[in-house]
Amino acid sequence: METSVNNLRPSDVTDLPAPGTAAEFAARHGLRRVGARPGPIRYLRQLWERRHFTMALARSRFIARNQQDRLGMLWNVLSPLIQAAVYATVFGILFTSRPDNWPAYVVSGVFIFTFSSRAITEGAKAVTGNAGLVRAVHFPRAVLPITTTLIQLFRMLPVIAVLFVIVAATGEPITRSWLLVIPALAVQAVFNLGVAFFTARITTHIPDFTQLLPFVMRIFFYTSAIFYEITRFPESVRPIVELSPIYTYIALVRQAVLGDFTPHAFTWYVGGAWAVLALVVGYFFFWQAEERYGRE
Amino acid sequence: MSSPPTLVVDDLHVTYRVLVGGKRAPKGRRLFLKRALPLRGTRRIQAVRGVSFVGYEGEAIGVVGRNGSGKSTLLRAIAGLVVPAKGAVYADGQPALLGVNAALINDLSGERNVTLGGLALGLSPKEVRERYQDIVEFADIGDFINLPMRTYSSGMAARLRFAIATATTRRVLLVDEALATGDAEFRDRSEEKIRQLRDEAGTVLLVSHNLAEIERSCNRAMWLDQGQIRMAGDVGEVLDAYRQATRARRKGRLGQGRK
Repeated sequence: METSVNNLRPSDVTDLPAPGTAAEFAARHGLRRVGARPGPIRYLRQLWERRHFTMALARSRFIARNQQDRLGMLWNVLSPLIQAAVYATVFGILFTSRPDNWPAYVVSGVFIFTFSSRAITEGAKAVTGNAGLVRAVHFPRAVLPITTTLIQLFRMLPVIAVLFVIVAATGEPITRSWLLVIPALAVQAVFNLGVAFFTARITTHIPDFTQLLPFVMRIFFYTSAIFYEITRFPESVRPIVELSPIYTYIALVRQAVLGDFTPHAFTWYVGGAWAVLALVVGYFFFWQAEERYGRE
Repeated sequence: MSSPPTLVVDDLHVTYRVLVGGKRAPKGRRLFLKRALPLRGTRRIQAVRGVSFVGYEGEAIGVVGRNGSGKSTLLRAIAGLVVPAKGAVYADGQPALLGVNAALINDLSGERNVTLGGLALGLSPKEVRERYQDIVEFADIGDFINLPMRTYSSGMAARLRFAIATATTRRVLLVDEALATGDAEFRDRSEEKIRQLRDEAGTVLLVSHNLAEIERSCNRAMWLDQGQIRMAGDVGEVLDAYRQATRARRKGRLGQGRK
């Protein structure tokens, strides 16, 4: 190796005041530590400051979704219609004892389930799927799960329009209680966001988690009384199903639009409790690992 | 140096844990479970090992070193995108990193990427609107601004990214080989832009294999070798030593080849 250069040690050529005093030196000149995780409240404020970025990202991604397709945005209406037709037909053939207003019952169940299921599986990829952005720009990473949840909320708006059309077409009277769908979706979106925070972080630790997640969602699909009535469950198990989050959000929408159901305050309490619990736990869980994201 | 510091890097260590693919050598005792499952092992790579320096207002520091010497990792750590295993970075505001891999969203038009990029860097929607025209003009990509970024050539994408990143007024700007893909004309303009940013009392860190470019743009230089500072100081001195070492290494290899 070369001689003259080799003898130069870092301390000879850098101009740090003295070893171990860098923090104090930096503070004296008003410099702040880079990349240090802010407290949970400050983090929340940073998220608020990036609200324009969050909205722009969600909007752009939502628009970009169907840009490669000929029919473009029309798919946002077409795909739930097809989905509704498929499920109503298939389960209609398979099940002989059906709930009243079968199509509206199944379709509301499938649509509301899909809202959570997509938000959660997409949320799992929120950080890992945005590696380019995460590597390039520094911003509070919680923006990403919020964005994926927002996108699913945007997708839900035409779906709800389709649901209203199907419900009205199957002979349900249009009542004022239909408006309850809006707060029901809002509460469900909060729950989705909480779980998305959770799955987004899990995936950064264990990438294989995304392989497992669809099966977890399938369990909820089969157990949330989507294409059969809750009375199919034995008495002993029924309370567990009735308290489960996805079933609760489906029930809220059915209570709002189907004449056979009446709105229950209790269902709202359960839905609200799940939303708050998911959001608080999910937020803290995600925030704890803020410094880790984008490391791999 | 009389001007105030904008960047303090203190004993920075960065360790990567990477998943190692393929078979591992069956060495030593291992848990049965670990042997039975095809779990992929992780390996620790020490990319940066104890780097310390101070960047002052109005300085441009060139970073040179061989591939894998830790240059890019150092920049990403300074930008706060990787967490140091040890040590810390202090800066005047959030440093902005400009790199070749810093892909925005390829499915979206250049126009949307400008808006998104600006907002991502922390500009307000109003500031983005105000600077939009300047960004597009600097990137000089014409009508392509309305097309998705995946239709761009690598040079065009690099120009747009450079234009977006330099539209923010950050006190510390980190440039990682971002000028390499541009043509000669763009390199001139981006070098000019870097000088301008320096003059606006910022600090620029420039990673490049183009030593002439570093010589033109920087007043100081740092030579990284295996994650450590081998030499730092005046740009001329450091580059001379680095060139000498490179020549010596090449000669050594040639000599071996002849045997």
